[in-house]
Amino acid sequence: MKSHQPWRRYLAPAMAALLCAGAVMLPQGAAAQEKVLKVIPHSNLAILDPIWTTQYMARNHGYMIYDTLFGTDEKGQIKPQMVEEWTVSPDNRLWTFKLRKGLEFHDGKPVTGEDVNASLTRWGKRDAMGQKLFTFIDRLDSPAPDTFRIFLREACGIVLESLGKPSSNVPFIMPKRVADTPADKQIEEYIGSGPYVFKRDEFKPGEKAVYTKFAKYVPRKEPPSGTAGGKVVYVDRVEWNLALRDAQGQVNALSKGEVDVLEQPAFESYAALKTDPNVEIVNKNPVGFEYMLRFNFLHPPFNNAKVRQAALAALTQEPFLKAQVGIKEYYRSCASMFGCNTPYGVTKGSDVQVKGSIAKARELLKASGYNNEKIVIMKPTDLAQITKLPDVAAQLLRQAGFNVDLQAMDWNTVVSRRAKKDAPANGGWNIFATSWVVPDIWNPLSNAAVGTAGEKSWFGWPTDEQLEKLRDQFAREIDPAKKKVITEAIHARAFEVGTHAPLGEFINPAAVRKGVITGLVTGPGDFYWNIKKK
Amino acid sequence: MFRFLLKRILSTLPVMLIVAVLVFMMLRLTPGDPAAIIAGDAASPENIAKIRESFGLDRPLVVQFGIWFGNLLTGNLGESYYFKKTVVELIAQRIEPTVALASLTILIAVAVAVPLGVLAAWRMGGWLDRALMGFSVMGFSIPVFVFAYILIYIVSLKLNLLPVQGYKRIGEEGFWEFLRHLILPSITLSVIYIALIARVTRAAVSEVLTEDYIRTARAKGLPEMKVLWRHAFANAAVPIVTVIGIGIALLIGGVVVTESVYGIPGLGRLTVDAVLARDFPTIQGVILLFSFVYVLINLLVDLSYVLLDPRIRY
Repeated sequence: MKSHQPWRRYLAPAMAALLCAGAVMLPQGAAAQEKVLKVIPHSNLAILDPIWTTQYMARNHGYMIYDTLFGTDEKGQIKPQMVEEWTVSPDNRLWTFKLRKGLEFHDGKPVTGEDVNASLTRWGKRDAMGQKLFTFIDRLDSPAPDTFRIFLREACGIVLESLGKPSSNVPFIMPKRVADTPADKQIEEYIGSGPYVFKRDEFKPGEKAVYTKFAKYVPRKEPPSGTAGGKVVYVDRVEWNLALRDAQGQVNALSKGEVDVLEQPAFESYAALKTDPNVEIVNKNPVGFEYMLRFNFLHPPFNNAKVRQAALAALTQEPFLKAQVGIKEYYRSCASMFGCNTPYGVTKGSDVQVKGSIAKARELLKASGYNNEKIVIMKPTDLAQITKLPDVAAQLLRQAGFNVDLQAMDWNTVVSRRAKKDAPANGGWNIFATSWVVPDIWNPLSNAAVGTAGEKSWFGWPTDEQLEKLRDQFAREIDPAKKKVITEAIHARAFEVGTHAPLGEFINPAAVRKGVITGLVTGPGDFYWNIKKK
Repeated sequence: MFRFLLKRILSTLPVMLIVAVLVFMMLRLTPGDPAAIIAGDAASPENIAKIRESFGLDRPLVVQFGIWFGNLLTGNLGESYYFKKTVVELIAQRIEPTVALASLTILIAVAVAVPLGVLAAWRMGGWLDRALMGFSVMGFSIPVFVFAYILIYIVSLKLNLLPVQGYKRIGEEGFWEFLRHLILPSITLSVIYIALIARVTRAAVSEVLTEDYIRTARAKGLPEMKVLWRHAFANAAVPIVTVIGIGIALLIGGVVVTESVYGIPGLGRLTVDAVLARDFPTIQGVILLFSFVYVLINLLVDLSYVLLDPRIRY
């Protein structure tokens, strides 16, 4: 009898063919000998130009493939990196730098002074500290291939601090042809002289980024420390897993050994990670991050300094840290706007907040003439690292007598809305919260929040001539001891003005495969040299 | 048939046009500034303004739409603000994981749900029927991510049978690695579709089993399995295929939770990332693609009726 299901006779051969094809397509194990470091970074990598954007992922990408003239060690000291030696003229106006021997870009071309000058020029157009430095610069030149010079119109005290700046925007050195890209456009080539080469053909946005060891990189001889010292690479390849964004999924992947490093686990994940025998928690960034709350100076009530003082008195740090971080050993109160245990970590003038209380805040608010104006606090619902801060702020300010309107929205809306100068009732705002890696805010020039140049300042747009003059003095001062004194004056004035409310510091230690991964570099970021994988 | 096809294809055009206009306007009207998010936290207002200008976002809406629509007519979906790749490239990169996941999910769902639904209808009121109904309630009730975590915990972490996350392309590490990484996500996602398809199959087959021709087939002495499959199922296929088609259409857009939990870089995740970043060209391109896929699936489902029911002719 004829089968009414003729396809059945072909089923077995088809299955056999499929299995054979599958066997043939099995991995051949060619890459089995390569040491591959698999990392889950803290966010997605989309923008590949670390000068064009201040995003931390772009910065981290930059540290993989570029090098810097100077670095910052784990103690916050500036150390030479690409620079071999340098001299300064007696009047401090001519700085001459000589590059180390053997520095080469990934395309085989040597790094020259011309490349450096072009890179610094582009960086100086985007970065706030760079812009300040360039107000002192008359010109740059390169009298020899391995030399570049900075001619200053007048002496200033921020040359090395700017060139060794560890965080966004970092003055990475690129080939001249790349650095000549206008500063308002993104670069199209990703060639550096750093310890890794970016595998552009394997880059899949939202999926993975791949870096391979640059065999011709010449590391310094000193041990690694922060962004300074020897950047020796012990793995062949680094893969950033950009697809796995789920916190529990990340923990599972690390536990099972499918990834090696989880850069910044969610705070809720540490309880599970700490009890996992396959995982080790490593605090590689002891300087950590700082939270802050920013006021909008343009509109009532925070256009009134006394109201800002009342708010500062209410916004004591412990409740924020407890709610947002939760793990006692991972946070600490810090009375300094410039970070604690940092080169400029002063605390003068912070009593209004440090010794603040709800009762004190009520008193100050009553005396300020506050007219019950509504305060719009923007709460980002999709940024786990800061989402709870606005809730705590709303609670504390209400207790102090403020009329608070807490508005929930996604982070993109917060970022868009904070750029608006409209009144809060018309789509503007009064308060938003954010966090910074401490090196971004650890000196009066890099700290965007203490800039008080009005409309040209960071969101919030405070105006205070005195503070701006002090910041200018800081930039001009060469003597480190005097710079510290000026910093104290800046700090005190910033608290007096109420530029923002620092909300304390926290760390977000990495989690790595125990017994497999060693050598994480301690410093103000996420660095992938010096790491060994068993 | 040809006229039917032509009519359906032509009717797609106004649908796509309406979708294009709607999605363009909705994006421009929702709060959020792609330039601000791209510039980063410490960016100055001037930098943000320059970025906005480079994207053409400072131009009048009508001009922006005209440029985008004009490009669309030539197949150019624009360039992602965020990823600096063309939208076509991004979709091409991300479509494989989603199609693979969706295909395996539907395959599992149909392979499990249809026989179960038929058997449940055959033994209506029995233990199989009750078990299936209970399972389908569970399938609808348990959120996808909860089921995903349970599966990962048992199968990956405790039994160490399958990977926790990730997607391997066939060309990269072979077919078996590709399949291994898809098994758990597909099972996770298929649960709700098994529940849905099984219920519809059960209902459709149970209705057909009361027909006269079924009684006749049995009276003629045909084996019961032949009655079930050749006569009952074949005549109940139209609503079953309809719900499978709806399921496929929903899957394409509904894989985002599964892709997030398992770290699969598919279209679902691309859409979410693009929305959060206000990456207008990518959002517009992906939504147009989804709309086109929905329309195409509806057309294929309608065409399948011709194969399933000889009484249907277009």
